[in-house]
Amino acid sequence: MDIFLQQIINGLTLGAVYAIVALGYTMVYGIIQLINFAHGEVVMIGAMTALTVIAGLAGSGVPPLVIVLAGVLAAVPVCMAVGYGLERVAYRPLRHAPRLSPLITAIGMSIVLQHVAMMVWSRNFLAFPQIFPNPVFFVGGAAITGVQITIIVLSLLIMGALTAVVFRTRLGTAMRATAENPEVARLMGIDCDRVIALTFIIGAGLAAVAGVMVGSYYGIAHYTMGFVLGLKAFSAAVLGGIGNIAGAMLGGFLLGLVEALGAGYIGDLTNLCHLPWQPDLVAARCAADGHLVLFGSNYQDVFAFLVLIGVLMFRPEGLLGERVGQRA
Amino acid sequence: MVASSPGNNSAVLRWAGLVLVGLTLLALPFALAGVGTAWVRITNLAILFIFLSLGLNIVVGYAGLLDLGYIAFYAVGAYAYALLASPHFGLHLPFWAILPIGAAVACLFGVLLGAPTLKLRGDYLAIVTLGFGEIIRIFLNNLSSPFNITAGPQGITLIDPVRVGAITFGRTDIFVGLVFSGPVKYYYLLLLLLLAVIVINIRLQHSRIGRAWEAIREDEIAARACGINTRNIKLLAFAMGASFGGVAGGMFSAIQGFISPESFVLVESIMVLSMVVLGGMGNIWGVIAGALLLSFVPEILRYTVEPVQRAVFGRMLVEPEVIRMLLFGLALVLMMRFRPAGLFPSRLRRRELTQET
Repeated sequence: MDIFLQQIINGLTLGAVYAIVALGYTMVYGIIQLINFAHGEVVMIGAMTALTVIAGLAGSGVPPLVIVLAGVLAAVPVCMAVGYGLERVAYRPLRHAPRLSPLITAIGMSIVLQHVAMMVWSRNFLAFPQIFPNPVFFVGGAAITGVQITIIVLSLLIMGALTAVVFRTRLGTAMRATAENPEVARLMGIDCDRVIALTFIIGAGLAAVAGVMVGSYYGIAHYTMGFVLGLKAFSAAVLGGIGNIAGAMLGGFLLGLVEALGAGYIGDLTNLCHLPWQPDLVAARCAADGHLVLFGSNYQDVFAFLVLIGVLMFRPEGLLGERVGQRA
Repeated sequence: MVASSPGNNSAVLRWAGLVLVGLTLLALPFALAGVGTAWVRITNLAILFIFLSLGLNIVVGYAGLLDLGYIAFYAVGAYAYALLASPHFGLHLPFWAILPIGAAVACLFGVLLGAPTLKLRGDYLAIVTLGFGEIIRIFLNNLSSPFNITAGPQGITLIDPVRVGAITFGRTDIFVGLVFSGPVKYYYLLLLLLLAVIVINIRLQHSRIGRAWEAIREDEIAARACGINTRNIKLLAFAMGASFGGVAGGMFSAIQGFISPESFVLVESIMVLSMVVLGGMGNIWGVIAGALLLSFVPEILRYTVEPVQRAVFGRMLVEPEVIRMLLFGLALVLMMRFRPAGLFPSRLRRRELTQET
């Protein structure tokens, strides 16, 4: 089996999910410079809602495709409602407060949403029902599953649609105008509050789809699943240049690849037995089983944070960002 | 705390008040032990949370740097103590040697985190510190192979209790007819440390450094224009805050006798942040009140919510743990919405908000 190609495929799948979630972060940040900390929780609620619907319909004789569609169609409006609620309850009242206030509120909302979800869906890991046969294809020595193909293709379609909305419709123009300068946009007759609310709603809809994707990819859902996913997606948005839509997509895929390749190779790279010179202690252990790995794939989660810190240190505007760092 | 009118009379009252508070604090553990030793332990943990809140208050309240990974420093201090005083490595250093080491190591980590990130804008800094906290936790969880340093998820057990001369904390002794159980002895030790921490904090706040922190919080560019070396002063805030966390972590290790990465998850960072925000960022007494409130209210709820729910609904609907977390989350949201300066805002902040100059 070709490990490199395999990790590329896994990375692209993961990256597609990151990209979709990152779009939610970047759109909100682009328009009101707020890190919507609770966005990851919206992804989780999407996954949970879809899981409930799919599990409820599974085995009822309804065709599997219809069941999955019903799951997505249930998750999207629920997440949109949550996203809108977040904006109205937590962020809009603080529109003119100091920068840190909405961030602290966002953390609070994230905790609240997590624990409300825990009350609704229990604290257990829930298995995503496998109602589809998940065919496996072999490409050049690597395996790719039907779910992976669906995730990658669907994410590309969504990105295309979103780009069209932002750059081809009146709403998109209004969003870009509000991001550019809310005061002037208001003078041009744009209802900024409505545009901001719609941005949250679109982002939450994307999060719902991402939730279904990640749930069916890993086959599992848990009330804390949104947190780290959200952090990573945020890192992806920063990597691509926060506020930049193409940047979020690029950052998502790149981060997915970095993570998959990193997890795939870090074990070999930090295997002390490959050292040309070995201290006695190491040599003894290597002689025993030839395998003394300093950092294994269990450090996978560290990569996203390292990327985040690295980007913020050396290129805070991100890969595609045009925004120059503002004052501290 | 402060008498309003000047004069001899008020000074006497003030001293009498202080003596009364002091006596209450001295007698408290025995009263609590009467209810149950569990409450003395809860009080001890509450004091540790006061330590942490005061440490975080330096970073968030004074310098205005939102640190979401603060618990990492607590973890560093706790592991420093555990590794230097347990059978894990066979080391058994005395606690007065370890606490400064723990503080220094935590301080070092504070500088390590701060140096590359402090030029970031506030909200980015928050996310990076959060990532840092997660990285520390991932390392604690995984540094058990190939060389066993942290013992991974199992954690470190049999950590030495504090020993001073012949007195071993954590064992029950009887002096002049009074039963001093382990938690009660730790209570007095913590009270002593707390007094020192409070004094340090008050002195810091009114020092040159404290004023520099507030200047940076209010307007960094103006502060720099006034000749403040903003980078070093911000770094100092990080380092000071971290070393308070390190000391608290060391005490936590000694009191619990067992630590594992489970105790240092992100939720704990957010808990400490809630305490600071609830009490009033930048105000020592407010922060202490916030820490006490958010330490005790959930415990009281734990003992009341369950019987009440069983009586009303016949079964448990909402676990106390969930209520606790909802309380923290809502505290953050509602405080930012309605009382951004906290329940007990600092006098300076209140003056800024009410006086027109």
